[in-house]
Amino acid sequence: MPVKSYLLYPMPERAAELEATLASWPECEVVRAENQDLFILITDTPDEATEKRLEARLRSVEALQCMALVAAFRDPESSSLFEYSGGQTS
Amino acid sequence: MMNRRAFLKRMAGAAAVTAATALAPNVVFGKSFVGGRASIPLEDDIRWDKAPCRFCGVGCGLLIGVKDGKAVAVKGDPDSPVNKGLACVKGYHSILALYGEDRLTTAYVRRNGRLEPVPIQEALDLVAQKMAETIQEHGKDAVAIYGSGQWTIPDGYVAVKLFKGLIGTNNVEANARLCMASAVVGFLTAFGLDEPMGNYADIDHADVFVLWGNNMAEMHPVLFSRLLEQRQQRPHVTIVELATRVTRTSVAADHTILFKPHTDLAIANAICHEIVRNGWVNEEFLRKHVVFKQGKTNIGYGLEDKFSFKDELTDITWEEFVAYLEDYTPEKVAAMSGVSVEAIQMLAALYGDPNKKVMSFWCMGVNQHVRGTWMNNLIYNIHLLVGKISEPGNSPFSLTGQPSACGTVREVGTLTQRLPGGPVTSEKARQQAAEIWEVPVENIPDKPTYHTVEMFRALDRGEIRFIWIQVTNPMVSLPKLRRYREGALKDGRFVVVSDVYPTPTTEVADVVLPSAMWIEREGFFGNSERRTQHWNQMVDPPGEAMSDTWQLIEVARRLGYEKWFPWSKEEHIQAIWEEYRRFHANPKHNMAPYEELRRRPGIMWPYVDGKETLWRYNAQYDPVAAEHAEDFYFYGKPEGKAWLIFRPYEPPAEAPDEEYPFWLSTGRVLEHWHTGSMTRRIPVLHRAMPHAYVELHPEDARELGIRPGDLVKVISRRGEVVLPASINFRGIPARGQVFVPFFDESMLINEATLDAFCPLSKEPDYKKCAVRIERVAS
Repeated sequence: MPVKSYLLYPMPERAAELEATLASWPECEVVRAENQDLFILITDTPDEATEKRLEARLRSVEALQCMALVAAFRDPESSSLFEYSGGQTS
Repeated sequence: MMNRRAFLKRMAGAAAVTAATALAPNVVFGKSFVGGRASIPLEDDIRWDKAPCRFCGVGCGLLIGVKDGKAVAVKGDPDSPVNKGLACVKGYHSILALYGEDRLTTAYVRRNGRLEPVPIQEALDLVAQKMAETIQEHGKDAVAIYGSGQWTIPDGYVAVKLFKGLIGTNNVEANARLCMASAVVGFLTAFGLDEPMGNYADIDHADVFVLWGNNMAEMHPVLFSRLLEQRQQRPHVTIVELATRVTRTSVAADHTILFKPHTDLAIANAICHEIVRNGWVNEEFLRKHVVFKQGKTNIGYGLEDKFSFKDELTDITWEEFVAYLEDYTPEKVAAMSGVSVEAIQMLAALYGDPNKKVMSFWCMGVNQHVRGTWMNNLIYNIHLLVGKISEPGNSPFSLTGQPSACGTVREVGTLTQRLPGGPVTSEKARQQAAEIWEVPVENIPDKPTYHTVEMFRALDRGEIRFIWIQVTNPMVSLPKLRRYREGALKDGRFVVVSDVYPTPTTEVADVVLPSAMWIEREGFFGNSERRTQHWNQMVDPPGEAMSDTWQLIEVARRLGYEKWFPWSKEEHIQAIWEEYRRFHANPKHNMAPYEELRRRPGIMWPYVDGKETLWRYNAQYDPVAAEHAEDFYFYGKPEGKAWLIFRPYEPPAEAPDEEYPFWLSTGRVLEHWHTGSMTRRIPVLHRAMPHAYVELHPEDARELGIRPGDLVKVISRRGEVVLPASINFRGIPARGQVFVPFFDESMLINEATLDAFCPLSKEPDYKKCAVRIERVAS
């Protein structure tokens, strides 16, 4: 049952499109920076399979230029709440 | 009530905001992921308790979640006035530093060249035996202890009491000598008392922030976010950065002014020159509250063993001060520093504008400087000239790098020249210590012995035979490392190291003691704004790990000093606090009582009649000042006035030449704390910054045929190290300069650095030495 957060950079001139796309996905909460083309995306999926499908869909979004995973919580099985891999971009 | 998943989403969002701020320091999000403590009760059984962050000197308040005996979650404490619910990437991951795979859980003793595990009580027996034998054979000044600003207040207090009060040696030093000793001497020379007069609330009032060689976005990120928040709320707020390389701070600053290394001395004087020339001096403030002084010049660099220097401050007139400044016209300083005349004039105008409140920040760039004390003095000179000091928003503010550099090292006095109540040279301070410790005053020596660099030189020379190193990693952090590593390994030396993980320092140890870390024991830290913060023990330490405080008590008892360390394990921290605060029981430094500190997220001293003193020396806020004046009273000096001390430019200890044509500067990165011994065990931080690198200017790299990732040799007269090249990555040095972070024990840049130091503070200069660069391989 992962909860993850990402930083997203949109393709030039396509920030609004990216925001609209992600806002329509039920697993996603998207927060746009007020002064830059930068987004925070928080995803909440019920299981690993759904999570993998969501990741694949995210990679296919053409308005998305760059995505960096910041935090990942696997609840409740994980021995540690924190399983982060921040700073890596895809 | 918030359910667990909603809470996790909030945590994930908060972490993302922190990461975004690190990547783009001026980014603003409309949604906050941080709520009040009361607003997020959880459905599950996580138990929350407060603690200051384990890492830098900002002193962020954290809430630690514990479940089934393990720390499982972290969030910023919304009740903390320091960070108001935020934390940085290190803070959010701090609890993972408790659980690295190679955590030390048992003691080790070196036998036949190898460290072998032994029960901790056996190791403590050996430590006490070796101490006693060394004192008997070589004298009390042959034993030493070396700690750090990561010592808790009780750790440092017990170390000082044992070594200075009972053994009778001033061989007590701390890593803080390497990072803020210049700040201490700067405060003492200018004001007679250590630590900032203001506090972080100054940020909420200032119109201008001037950062002197201070990469706050990476080194003090939460505090920097408060600057950015102010600029967002009050658009006229201006951030000016003086730097030798472009960093993430530069990205957010309104003005970045790059200067040639070491010329900050001249720039500060040029600002003073312009303030005087333009008539921006606050004459009434100067007349009532300032005296003018000068010190010795041509003061040396401490490169030779047993270097000795004593400054003499003498009175000068206003006219003499103004005449000295004639050497620092903007035109002359522009030619020397590479900073334009216009930039110098802009800085002077910002400081001089009577309608702008100005806050100056600095940390290692100013302090780790062969004229570090002078630079501290010069920044105070600017503020004193315009009377912008000791009131909300007008604040020269020296930041610290370690979580209790102030609380432990500076306030307890874990430096060779200090006692908790004053310098060892003061009969009054020695008598106070003797009375509180119930020892003969003759026990406490009246002369300092070795500052840090000289302490390790003395170990090399054989004058010190036994050294106990706690909670620091000098075999990574000392300059000119090879000499001091080889000195520690010489025959006849006995090295004890208390730490939480194996490090290059445990590699030179004869005994390794496993330490309880942070929330595995009860403790106190004191941050950069005079705020003392208490935390409870929240989880058990692993295996036989034991707090540094209790290790010292165990050894003290073995040495026959049971009477002076009578406390039970359950009550010793409270008992130590109550004994320690007797040293500061006066309205200039009174500390809050134990129960208050347990209850609140930190309390600033002086704590007088149940109130924090927010701005010292200001009669509106400080009851001591109010007794003497209606506005300001600098009571650290006998005449109640601050000292404006003229300090000239003098050249650095070493500068680039034909053979070694580049400046080398060293420092830190956002992801890693100090020498990386804890943060490199945190997977996300390690993956984000897995190794050190050498930053080059793109044009220098092109001329040398170096591309990003190429292996490059950095060579100085002391040693060399091979690192991958970094070009246009995290920071960009100016042409002719390189930068290397020092956190990586596999790429020890301190093999190359120089052990020159400020003759007043004895703090080494890690920011300036000469190197050459050679490409090794792609």
